[in-house]
Amino acid sequence: MSKTTYKIPIGPIHPSLAEPMTFNFEITGERIERVDLVPGDNHRGIEFMGRNRNIIQIIYLAERICGICSASHPYAFCRAVENAAGIEVPPRAEYIRVIIAELERIQSHILWAGIAAEELGFNSVLYLSWKVREEVLDLLELLTGNRINYGMFMIGGVRRDITEEHLPRIRKTLDYYKETYQTLENVFLKDPSIAIRTKNVGILTYEQALHLASVGPTARASGIKKDIRQDQPYSAYADMDIKAITPDFFTGEVKGDVFDRIIVRILEVAQSVEIIEYCLDNLPEGDIVSEPKLAKLLAVLKKAKGEGVGRHEAPRGEAIHYIKLNESENPEVWRARAPTYNNLMSWIPMLQGQEIADIPIVTASIDPCIGCMDRVTLVESKTNQQQVLTREDLIKLSIAKTRRMMK
Amino acid sequence: MKLDNYFDRSLWVFHLNTGSCNGCDIEIVALLTPRYDVERFGIKLVGTPRHADVLLVTGPVNRKMLPRLKLIYEQTPDPKAVIVVGACGTSGGVFYDSYNVVGPVDKHIPVDVYVPGCPVRPEAIINGVLQAWLKLERLRGSGADIEKKIAEVNA
Repeated sequence: MSKTTYKIPIGPIHPSLAEPMTFNFEITGERIERVDLVPGDNHRGIEFMGRNRNIIQIIYLAERICGICSASHPYAFCRAVENAAGIEVPPRAEYIRVIIAELERIQSHILWAGIAAEELGFNSVLYLSWKVREEVLDLLELLTGNRINYGMFMIGGVRRDITEEHLPRIRKTLDYYKETYQTLENVFLKDPSIAIRTKNVGILTYEQALHLASVGPTARASGIKKDIRQDQPYSAYADMDIKAITPDFFTGEVKGDVFDRIIVRILEVAQSVEIIEYCLDNLPEGDIVSEPKLAKLLAVLKKAKGEGVGRHEAPRGEAIHYIKLNESENPEVWRARAPTYNNLMSWIPMLQGQEIADIPIVTASIDPCIGCMDRVTLVESKTNQQQVLTREDLIKLSIAKTRRMMK
Repeated sequence: MKLDNYFDRSLWVFHLNTGSCNGCDIEIVALLTPRYDVERFGIKLVGTPRHADVLLVTGPVNRKMLPRLKLIYEQTPDPKAVIVVGACGTSGGVFYDSYNVVGPVDKHIPVDVYVPGCPVRPEAIINGVLQAWLKLERLRGSGADIEKKIAEVNA
């Protein structure tokens, strides 16, 4: 730290993100020299609470890990439990799950596009994109009963069916997005003022993204063709041919800057519309849940023993849930890893060397979801002191945990 | 020009997230956008509590955010109203038994309006802000006949 460097702490409450997060910047003039992240402001101890509840109650807790990914976490969680207990999901339920997950992707990406525009000081685009977003929220409310936190997922299926009456309404929404897609593309990808603020800003190279294990649109914008829907197809995705979207589809090259992240997300909106159309055309007949009686389902889960992993490509990247059932009412272990946890470290190479004014757009560009991510900070309850763990400590703890779980 | 007694003054709102899941926070931003558009009433989100009349608190209050919650409450100038948005700030909600949650909000700061729901609907937040508005008018002494007017409107 030289004499001309000074420190700016930003957060935890700041206007750039709706969620609490602390950044410590070291700045020379306008240039960012070093960035340090202090997470933990949003820690609620969700995995701890899950260990005191039964499996069906945890679905609703998993939904509330994050209000924007409220289909992704229960999706991954249900898949983990189904994997552990060996429950088969009827094909119709798999299709309905995919429809809900893709509708969520549309609303999440458009939400992000609006936030990104706001960070650039482009408020009219924020209003435009959130107006476009209300259409999919109306549809989700019709299908699930709620705008956010859908309560749609159940172990072995879904809770509500998509009936004949719903189909014209869903198609109307899809047509609406096909029409407005061109507007979104013109506004975000062809507008000069968005281009000058986002091109060559916040670059994450291919190597850095690989090294930091980025996921989701952040990784894809750096040219990594990584998408669970493509790499390990599951549910109804296995019936489709899904390709990971990288920015070279649009511009012909990969730079890994903020503009590329906008491209990936805007193109994924169009991809989601296609996926939902395929699901509607090929929606199988049959049950929507393997065991409609909850008491019976809980009795089965109580007797189940084993480990399960569920993965889902959330709008922000890969969400993984791990669960260990041990013939008891509550799970022995529940671990959820949200995509922002992986993407957090990508902030550091992106922010280094940037100007202070670019902080909001670069931090927003990974589509951070602090609510998802903040489940890992350790807090010493007696002294209320945050404990800082070194890498060695973490490895020791990790080995100890593996041994404990092997028993 | 004064529109009505209700519209005595624009209401500036500061939004504070104390560890919420983002659901209510997104609905608060949705309030500003064309579908609901509360800015037509002069309601505006501001970047600092020192400019605010109303404190909009979401989330169940975790240990790390508790000192910040108190600090921000003190930074908001009087007269002020506090609105708690969402089930977790009102009662703990699904997070009631966590080791890191020290809420609900009214254990730590005085609360005027509760907006329940998980997540709340934007219409409910507008209603909550209206209730806070009435309280502020009463505190300022400018809305003496407001209750009478509301009774008239409802009748």
